[in-house]
Amino acid sequence: MATVLNIDNLCKAFKIGFVPKKREILKGVSLSVEAGEIFGYLGPNGAGKTTTLKCVLSLIFPDRGKIEIFGHPSLSARAKERLGYLPENPYFYDYLTGAEFLDFYARLFGLKKKEKEEKIDSLLRLVGMEKARDLQLRKFSRGMLQRVGLAQALINDPALLFLDEPLGGLDPLGRKELRDIIVRLKKEGKTIFLCSHILQDIEMICDRVAIIVGGRVISQGALQSLISEKVLFTEVTLSGVDPADLVDLGEPVSTLGDRILLKVLQEDNIDNLMALMHERKGRIHSLIPRTETLEDIFVDMVRQG
Amino acid sequence: MKTRAIALNTFKEAIRDRILYLLFFFAAVSLAFSRLLAVLTVGDRLKIIKDVGLASISIFGVLMAILIGTGLVYKEIDKKTIYTLLSKPIERWQFLLGKFLGLVLTLFIMTLAMSGIFLAILFLHTGKLEGQMLLAILFIFLELVLITAVAILFSCFSTPILSSIFSLSFYLIGHLSWGLETLIQKTRPGAGRAALRGLAAILPDLENFNFKTEVVHGLTIDPRFYLFSAFYGLVYTLFILALAVLIFKKRDFV
Repeated sequence: MATVLNIDNLCKAFKIGFVPKKREILKGVSLSVEAGEIFGYLGPNGAGKTTTLKCVLSLIFPDRGKIEIFGHPSLSARAKERLGYLPENPYFYDYLTGAEFLDFYARLFGLKKKEKEEKIDSLLRLVGMEKARDLQLRKFSRGMLQRVGLAQALINDPALLFLDEPLGGLDPLGRKELRDIIVRLKKEGKTIFLCSHILQDIEMICDRVAIIVGGRVISQGALQSLISEKVLFTEVTLSGVDPADLVDLGEPVSTLGDRILLKVLQEDNIDNLMALMHERKGRIHSLIPRTETLEDIFVDMVRQG
Repeated sequence: MKTRAIALNTFKEAIRDRILYLLFFFAAVSLAFSRLLAVLTVGDRLKIIKDVGLASISIFGVLMAILIGTGLVYKEIDKKTIYTLLSKPIERWQFLLGKFLGLVLTLFIMTLAMSGIFLAILFLHTGKLEGQMLLAILFIFLELVLITAVAILFSCFSTPILSSIFSLSFYLIGHLSWGLETLIQKTRPGAGRAALRGLAAILPDLENFNFKTEVVHGLTIDPRFYLFSAFYGLVYTLFILALAVLIFKKRDFV
């Protein structure tokens, strides 16, 4: 697979305050994104996710480091023709209507009239905003802005798409719809760079992730290689036994009526528990093994970092 | 093409701005007031209508240029709309030029509308169309174009309130800087005079665009004066725009 984006040792500091004081935001970020993948860029608030993105898009100028997009060293106007970008908390021209808004961005790419109209129609349909066609953006809800924002990022049919917290501010249904759209875009062959701190979403759709903490990428790789398949513990809900008998097997977490939730740490104890239940004629209602999640890894790394 | 799209969008933004209509309303009131003043005047009533009318067009035009111009770029940065815009295939200079042209188009239409009211009031008074007024208005418009560039320059690095104060100061200095000439003549030759000369060269001279007195009194002017003023306006505007582009090009959008 070809590398579409390569960032090497990116550094950026800002001077803040009345007496300018240097504050380093990026302290040598390196990562690479392959063609056709959904790349998750994870990090706590203030870690430098958006700053990295702004450097890539030439909205701010890095102090040091190299950025290569489509194999070219800097972001030329020609390279921008193959990019799409949805910023975090998007604000747009609120005096425009949904269709006027997309029309404006289409003009920046020099789309022909017929092509433009077809594109606007199909994009409004894709993000489920046909009804907001003639509504001014000032009357949009946060979720609607997010959707129309995604539509503007897709107006030029980009090969590489940067999405900064695209699922923030959406209700559960909206999040699912947008996730589906992102997966569909991947199937169409687009590369997607997704910044987020909503770990479940990243876990569901990303192929590879990079975790940034305090201005440094501390881990990068395929999702499967980061998360081990090892069972951490097993949650068992059972009834019909005396809780006192279970102390040796695991940790009773809570009881609700006659049901007991037991956290079994060692896998061997599961067999012993089964034997005990059989003997006492108790009932097992559920048995769920908990493997390591991205959240566990993330929390671990942020604490260490 | 891309600059045109930004210019048209800026025009749409400016034309949907309430402040523009507020200023236009006061301009219209002020133009109508000139007719009332004329009634109260002993002497040449027509001159009063022309004087007050042209001054109204100039002052309200400048207020429009400053109050809208200083917000244009700042708003894009403050509301973060500039992030999506600059991630599209446009250069930063195209963005600034588009903003500038969009506001110039707005001011052109506003000046046209104010001139329409002004000429109609004159027509009601004299019964004939005073075409030569348009010459004075043309140079008022050229001054507005320069003020727009100045407002956009300040807007690139400062808040709207500060930019408005700076731009208004530029306007006032520009109209008072001719006083320096008198000072230079009264200063003894030497370092002081040279410094004053240098200052006079840097400071704008907006009186170059003021043909109100000549037009109102029907005086004849050497066409070379007109040409010089138009050339001065063009060069100064380009200089200010180039300065704005230089500053804007290096800016981080945090």
